[in-house]
Amino acid sequence: MKSREVLIGLLILAGLLVAPTAIYPVFLMKVLCFALFACAFNLLIGYVGLLSFGHAMFFGFAAYIAGHTIKVLGWPTELGLAAATATAALMGLAVGLIAIRRQGIYFAMVTLALSQMVFFFCLQSKFTGGEDGIQAIPRRPVFGVIDIQNDITLYYFVLAIFVAGFLLIYRTIHSPFGQVLKAIRENEPRAISLGYRIDHYKLLAFVLSAGLAGLAGATKVLVFQLASLTDVQWQMSGEVVLMTLVGGMGTVLGPVVGAAVIISMQNYLKGLGEWVLVIQGLIFVITVLVFRRGVVGEIWAAMTRRKPESGPPA
Amino acid sequence: MFELLGVPPQALFGQLFLGLINGAFYALLSLGLAVIFGMLNVINFAHGAQYMMGAFGAWVLLKYVGIPYWGALVIVPVIVGALGVVLERLLLSRLYHLDHLYGLLLTFGLAIIFEGIARYAFGASGVSYENPIPGGVNLGFMFLPWYRAWVIVFSLAVCLGTWLMIEKTKLGSYLRAAVERPDLVQAMGINVPLMITLTYGFGVALAALAGVLAAPVYSVTPKIGAEIIIVVFAVVVIGGMGSILGSVVTGFGLGMVEGLTKVFYPEASNIVIFVIMAIVLIARPAGLFGTAK
Repeated sequence: MKSREVLIGLLILAGLLVAPTAIYPVFLMKVLCFALFACAFNLLIGYVGLLSFGHAMFFGFAAYIAGHTIKVLGWPTELGLAAATATAALMGLAVGLIAIRRQGIYFAMVTLALSQMVFFFCLQSKFTGGEDGIQAIPRRPVFGVIDIQNDITLYYFVLAIFVAGFLLIYRTIHSPFGQVLKAIRENEPRAISLGYRIDHYKLLAFVLSAGLAGLAGATKVLVFQLASLTDVQWQMSGEVVLMTLVGGMGTVLGPVVGAAVIISMQNYLKGLGEWVLVIQGLIFVITVLVFRRGVVGEIWAAMTRRKPESGPPA
Repeated sequence: MFELLGVPPQALFGQLFLGLINGAFYALLSLGLAVIFGMLNVINFAHGAQYMMGAFGAWVLLKYVGIPYWGALVIVPVIVGALGVVLERLLLSRLYHLDHLYGLLLTFGLAIIFEGIARYAFGASGVSYENPIPGGVNLGFMFLPWYRAWVIVFSLAVCLGTWLMIEKTKLGSYLRAAVERPDLVQAMGINVPLMITLTYGFGVALAALAGVLAAPVYSVTPKIGAEIIIVVFAVVVIGGMGSILGSVVTGFGLGMVEGLTKVFYPEASNIVIFVIMAIVLIARPAGLFGTAK
């Protein structure tokens, strides 16, 4: 870790620690959940070059698992989160085994189709509550001692989960494993010829990404005490793509910035109804056409242009 | 009344026939996707939205201009196809030098713009379009509505016509050559960028044509596009985009499988195509008619 990166990270963390004094904590928690979701998604698109168009299935299904285990089975919060994350990772294993058989655009179509299958499963299953979802999911004390009824305490718990997930992804990207992932992204045939079993690497990255997306979905359940079909719909997969794209694909902080931008936008534009969809579409089109590096990617490019000796974002 | 496989034949043939109708739309849409993909290397995510525009277009023409179904069948694909040409020239053509994923992302953005506008203009619950050929004939084992018979015959004819145009005409030979080696075809004095633009327009027009055909069958809502395009993606993955006839056969076949599932295990009818996709990917990753890529 370079000292400048540590400094930026600590500054952001300090900002997040004092943020609830100035900003509504539920809004902040929503941003953190989506930021973790987008970081998990970015691990695939930004570092392996795989565009998953079905990540809502992990996010939304894990939310149902968390809701069901905590509310109906009466499990403690931390166990519910763990079960949801593990379920999402297992789904990731199954979906990954099927999806990595195709590359590029086909990979996107396959993940989208499989997530639609999960959506129909959730729509028809008894345990998900159909159109109603699972409502009034209790906020039980974490580890039996930390009371999360209060939004501020819950905020720090959510922040801890986010930081843990973020550091795990950061560590993964900068590990030898992460270097192999980037090699696959840059030149797959060459990675194969160097003797890497790329399917194993892709699958492991997919499982990790799915598990963390699940953790994000389960954490969102604690915040809103609700698990519903919205989280498992294809639109949700599109939203996480948009967040990552706007923030900057393949940058460490991009998905966090993108999540903050898109969630704020949705908050401010709530009154506009159908136009939110149109505006999101416009942002997609504009970003793809003129702004492909995203906010963080463009800032980084501007900074490195001034100081040519430093390398590209890792 | 006799039974077939434990189901009354009315229900069995009725659902099979409905499946064939769905299959006709899958075939038309996956055909358009395949034509566009072959030439542009872009997966047109907006294909579903353009199908939805076709359906609403027919309704608008009838309600506000008084143009009946048969006029809409010609006019709507031309208008929506022309809109596709504009989109290709203004937006898509800027992305050809980039990774294919950007084309997918751009057309995804376009799809949600179209859906948002349709929701604003027509409301989320949508509209209904009057059946232009009411009535039907009782075949003894099932009732055959005229309109549905027309949909199947007409869509088969369109698929066959497209196949003949691409495989048997001079224009089609230019197209196939340009798919393989655009640089060489360009060097021979054929305007390849123009061909690309027209191909996109043609593919989009096919989607709009499917939309007009679908308007009297289904209720026309802004979300029909997104719903059908995801299934069509699965159809495309199952069939592979290598051959035109392959995508047509897969489309009709999967529609019938879906119809059969509705009879024997209705709970699974929504997901059966996705399950088949998963099985095909495990057994034959390139798709039934595809070549490994």
